[in-house]
Amino acid sequence: MTTLTLSKALNEGLRKALEDDPKVLIMGEDVGKLGGVFRVTDGLQKDFGEARLIDTPLAESGIIGTAIGLALRGYRPVCEIQFDGFVFPAVDQIVSQLAKMRYRSLGKLSLPVVIRIPCGGGIGAVEHHSESPEAVFAHTAGLRVVACADAADAFTMIRQAIRSDDPVIFFEPKRRYWDKGEVDTAADLASALPMDRARVVLEGTDVTLLTYGPLVRTSLEAALAAREDGPGNGRSIEVVDLRSLSPLDTETIFASVRRTGRCVVAHEAPVYAGLGAEIAARVTEACFYHLEAPVLRVGGFATPYPPSRLEEHYLPDLDRILDAVDRTFGY
Amino acid sequence: MTVEPGGATTAAPASQPSQPTQLTQQAADPSSELIQLLTPEGERIDHPDYPVDLTAADIRDLYRDLVLVRRIDTEAIALQRQGELGIWASLLGQEAAQIGSGRALSPQDMVFPTYREHGVAWCRGIDPVKLLELYRGVSHGGWAPEEHKFHLYTIVIGAQTLHATGYAMGIQRDGAVGLDDEGREGGGGGGEAVIVYFGDGATSQGDVNESFVWASVFNAPVVFFCQNNQWAISEPLEKQSRIPLYQRARGFGFPGLRVDGNDVLACYAVTKKALAAAREGQGPTLIEAFTYRMGAHTTTDDPTRYRLAAELEMWKLKDPIERVRVYLARTGQADPDFFAAIDEEAKKVGAGVREACRTMPDPPPLAIFDNVYTQPNAILQAERDQYAAYLDTFEAGEGAPR
Repeated sequence: MTTLTLSKALNEGLRKALEDDPKVLIMGEDVGKLGGVFRVTDGLQKDFGEARLIDTPLAESGIIGTAIGLALRGYRPVCEIQFDGFVFPAVDQIVSQLAKMRYRSLGKLSLPVVIRIPCGGGIGAVEHHSESPEAVFAHTAGLRVVACADAADAFTMIRQAIRSDDPVIFFEPKRRYWDKGEVDTAADLASALPMDRARVVLEGTDVTLLTYGPLVRTSLEAALAAREDGPGNGRSIEVVDLRSLSPLDTETIFASVRRTGRCVVAHEAPVYAGLGAEIAARVTEACFYHLEAPVLRVGGFATPYPPSRLEEHYLPDLDRILDAVDRTFGY
Repeated sequence: MTVEPGGATTAAPASQPSQPTQLTQQAADPSSELIQLLTPEGERIDHPDYPVDLTAADIRDLYRDLVLVRRIDTEAIALQRQGELGIWASLLGQEAAQIGSGRALSPQDMVFPTYREHGVAWCRGIDPVKLLELYRGVSHGGWAPEEHKFHLYTIVIGAQTLHATGYAMGIQRDGAVGLDDEGREGGGGGGEAVIVYFGDGATSQGDVNESFVWASVFNAPVVFFCQNNQWAISEPLEKQSRIPLYQRARGFGFPGLRVDGNDVLACYAVTKKALAAAREGQGPTLIEAFTYRMGAHTTTDDPTRYRLAAELEMWKLKDPIERVRVYLARTGQADPDFFAAIDEEAKKVGAGVREACRTMPDPPPLAIFDNVYTQPNAILQAERDQYAAYLDTFEAGEGAPR
């Protein structure tokens, strides 16, 4: 076991992938000499050269479009989009080209492209640097969408994503880049939890709290706080890290909700038409007779991301999550 | 002044030129540095930079290609009119640009087409019926791209230019640039190159401009083949550019040239040279093939709403097939029997396409769910199972489409 930050764990995972397969390339803005604005690719160009660590021109559609061409040629490009809000110039290439190529070629072509996107808020950034656009991609057939939440998963899941023959949108919780965790860098990938499975990260009996990415830590903190004695406390919250947003691991979700009878979904993205809506509908349909209360959602408002001095109101924190938990006991 | 649809005239805003400027006239002026080897009258002219190594038999083959792809195109338009195709994008008028460039390719070169490259598809050995599949709605493109080195048709304008550039960057990483004919390092024309097709309208797209940047800074082995057919549906070239399109390349740092897109020999020669340069490691070239879309944008379009019949009549005099026929006949390189045989073959090809289209089966309903992912997907599988069970609730021949 090694103690690594989430950023360094990604770096180590990328390094392993580059070592394991000469067809793996990393491309994006500032990923080479600088090592990425979050240093996720630090030192990799020095060790693997400019042909494999490609500092690209500053154009996101170009990054994804040329990655598609490289994948058609047999390469496995890992693209970095510098910030969540900058993915939108590339959405045509992602949605209309990358996601559909296997389908429209009747299975003759597949595109093993990974798109890494630092996502979410909480770092006091200017606009377009704090967004959570995962629902756009989860809504797009042909893509796999995942979100890592801690260093150990970051190390494993980035390698699983690179090995996937389907395109993967890989969300990284940017305000957790410097969180440290224990990582077994010698562990065999074959024995790891598959990328499309959710994980119960804290067992509980009263309510299921489904979340992913940056809010996994917040949800764990909320669950621990709820266990302490006090008004409205003394509740046992089961925290599930979804990890995969497309496809959803409904098996793990439904099993937990059937045990607890209550369900809250938390994400930073706006609640309206977000992942929580899809989950609530599926849980309601599959677990109807087990539910003691409607599925509640807690997340961002139906507004653009606010100026950062207001973001603590926009982002679900420990108290807002516990408030939603309390409300499920009001039925 | 602009004329409104109802006939009323309104003053144009001062900031918008209401008349073509000198620059826009230049953009549309074909005489500007046009490379031509066969005039519209069928006169063969030499160009010092573009010697042609084609035999009489080769030129007869080009003539055959031109005639057959026009025949396939004509048949497809008729099939659309009769309800057998949902839509068709005609290549009428652009046969020389496509056959000339398509026959300049080496087997190892990769092609990224738009949705109108039926002539190039023909050169790459794609069964025309596969093209009809797409326009009939049976598939999104059923051929094997790597087998033919011909990618799927791309509908989103200009998106494929980035794919082509990325593919070319892969060729570089494979060390397949700057090889001799035996595949050894050290120059020559034995490497691989990419050609990507797009139109005049596409040159306004961000993706096309980004691909120019990428190809330039990475010196990628890609040839940008722009068929300037003068019209992006209803918008003339002057809505896209104030300079000749081939001159755009200079600003990106690679050569651009303009060729008579209705001259199959010139299109062949310039493409051959640009591909060789790419294979040798000299980087990209932009070819602007100056041509004309003689038909509608697609079968849903009505060009009489936006352009004059006289313009079409003028371009008919520059027909890409007629000049080859005149040249071959006048120089004695083909006799009347040859032309009659080609016409007969065209009839047979047309009839074959027609029959294959009319008897083409629809895919089974559950094919909707195939080939979305390489791995099993539980969400998708559940939807498939539910829909299959729903279909099973109907008696054969009634209810939901079977």
